[in-house]
Amino acid sequence: MSGVEFRRHRLDILGIGLDVLEGGSGRPLLFLHAGEGPDVYGTDYLAELAKTHRVIAPWHPGFGGSDLPADMTSIDDLAYFYLELADHFGLEDAVLAGASFGGWIAVEMAVRSVERFSALALAAPLGFKPGGREDRDFFDFYTIRANDWPDMYFAEPDKYRPDFSKWPVADVVGVTRSRESITLFGWKPYMHNPRIRRWLPRIKVPTAVVWGGADKVISAEGGRRYAAAIPGAEFTVVEGAGHFVHVEQPAAFARAVRQVAGAPARQAKPEGVA
Amino acid sequence: MRAWFISEQPYPQAWDADPVTLRVTLPSKHFDPKIGADLLNRYYDEYMAADELGWDIMLNEHHSTATCLSVSCLNNLSILARITKKARLLTLGIPICHRPDPVRIAEELAYADVLSRGRTEIGFIKGIAYEISAQNSNPVDLMSRFWEAHDLILKALTTHDGPFNWEGQHFHHRQVNIWPRPYQQPRPNVWISAGNAATAIPVAECGHTIATVFSRDNAKKMFEAYRKRTAELGRPEPNLDRFGYLAMLAIGRTRAEGFAKLAKVKGYLESASIVNPAFQNPPGLFPPEANAAALQRPSGARIAQDHLIVKKTDGTPINTSTASMEDLVDAGLAYAGTPDDVFQQIKRMYDHVGGFGHLIALAHGGTLSHEDTVDNLDLFSREVMPRLRELRPPQGQSFDARGVIRENALSA
Repeated sequence: MSGVEFRRHRLDILGIGLDVLEGGSGRPLLFLHAGEGPDVYGTDYLAELAKTHRVIAPWHPGFGGSDLPADMTSIDDLAYFYLELADHFGLEDAVLAGASFGGWIAVEMAVRSVERFSALALAAPLGFKPGGREDRDFFDFYTIRANDWPDMYFAEPDKYRPDFSKWPVADVVGVTRSRESITLFGWKPYMHNPRIRRWLPRIKVPTAVVWGGADKVISAEGGRRYAAAIPGAEFTVVEGAGHFVHVEQPAAFARAVRQVAGAPARQAKPEGVA
Repeated sequence: MRAWFISEQPYPQAWDADPVTLRVTLPSKHFDPKIGADLLNRYYDEYMAADELGWDIMLNEHHSTATCLSVSCLNNLSILARITKKARLLTLGIPICHRPDPVRIAEELAYADVLSRGRTEIGFIKGIAYEISAQNSNPVDLMSRFWEAHDLILKALTTHDGPFNWEGQHFHHRQVNIWPRPYQQPRPNVWISAGNAATAIPVAECGHTIATVFSRDNAKKMFEAYRKRTAELGRPEPNLDRFGYLAMLAIGRTRAEGFAKLAKVKGYLESASIVNPAFQNPPGLFPPEANAAALQRPSGARIAQDHLIVKKTDGTPINTSTASMEDLVDAGLAYAGTPDDVFQQIKRMYDHVGGFGHLIALAHGGTLSHEDTVDNLDLFSREVMPRLRELRPPQGQSFDARGVIRENALSA
């Protein structure tokens, strides 16, 4: 864990109880997790980011132990919720980062408002369908057992498959809750927003998009097309890494984050960058 | 007691095509349209024979599967509304959480009810796990869609004073005003299938008929839960026509002949379970706690569902897709043997669950031939049906839909 202490605590935002990991110091970085939670496949990647940032990594509403109100059913709800969370923390000049499903939420936030963020870093974000109606752009997770989902997350899944028999029951229920919630939000249209392409040009902060060359969920070519639709986005392929590129290659992802965090803003901001 | 004939309209010619799954992903190149045409026409001949023999008819549907060619029980209902004469016709059921437009369902139900001169009964089902991928229905909010669709359909069937507005969580209409309206007023009887005692409770609250399948103990628990909930609501003891139970039926002139039929009918059970495990447990369908418990077991592949464990009368659990025919009979999944054997088995089931008013019989399944199917229906009709009157309900009132609706309105 590179010596960074993460504190797990509970927040209340708009009456919604949220579990959050927080650690590190420096310019704040909101990390929106992939898969079932920020810690299910290890937290080395968060520790890497925490070397240079104060990292705030919540479990999404409905994931892990975080509440899910019955009327929160769409990705829009999650985007507005996290914009509220950014207000709650009073973030200024922060980095918005996200991976896979969390990357999709980050994109949906960024097309709405980047008032509190000055850089966007995405690891294999969902949300954008590169191909046509008959292209299966995203792997259909519902054709395999949910227990086998990690096989698709990683280039080398054996290194990361959790042994749930050793976990506390509540945390395993958190994992299965997360699988239910990603199904609720991502079922149809499947893991994307057909209208997002039109609004991607509204992302007016420096953006880095990092993709695993061995991604089994969406190809790196699909990722390249996603990045190309975001004006000025830097696209990097990490060879050998899978869909959870941030977990398999934490240093490569952190490098991209630091690079984009240090990049000049596309539209000058009064305070400049940190 | 009424007796309902059901056939799933199977296509057993493709049951060897894939050892892993006969559902969702089995290519339809394994379906020969000429064989299929012969089969479908034959199956309708069997419905007409059942009608002549005094049976009622239940219809169901499944999707993307060689186990059941029926893709819309509303389609089949319309055909039978015209070609049968006496049988009551039940759609059990319409998977209303998978269908995009409940108002259209209400219209089609009303149409068939008028065409049949009031012989239809309406059944709603939640749909089994592997229908979810075939119909691309989000598994997480299925039940919320189910009950909203249920409410909208019943309101559409019973509102005759011009359009009403419906802007719910899932369905949106501004001019709900169905034509025609049902022949039966205020509406046909409604059935809902349920799988365990907990799911029996909302069905009891609505006063609908509840139906279940293939487990004597589970049926007993569900019917008890229904009766208990009815009593809690301060309503009279429910009539036996509130309870239906489905099992296989195979009758012969001798016991051996009956069991020879069952050997073919139980192809239904053997084929039903051939499904890719991924399609049996999509996240959201079962509670997170149940899935977590499965994950924590050493080879935790399957979710534990106590209500799906079928037991013999001595308490031994059986695997329904591999059990012996004797065990299937003992556990209440099949009535088989001579007409007297079958009557005694029905009576045993009836007494075990506290009585039920609807015997639903899978009298065709698997590779059972047309001749054997009609023989099965005929023997039951002549030798068993008259004896069903010996099974006396504690109180014998007929169903009063208007009364139930009035009660629902009062308790709402």
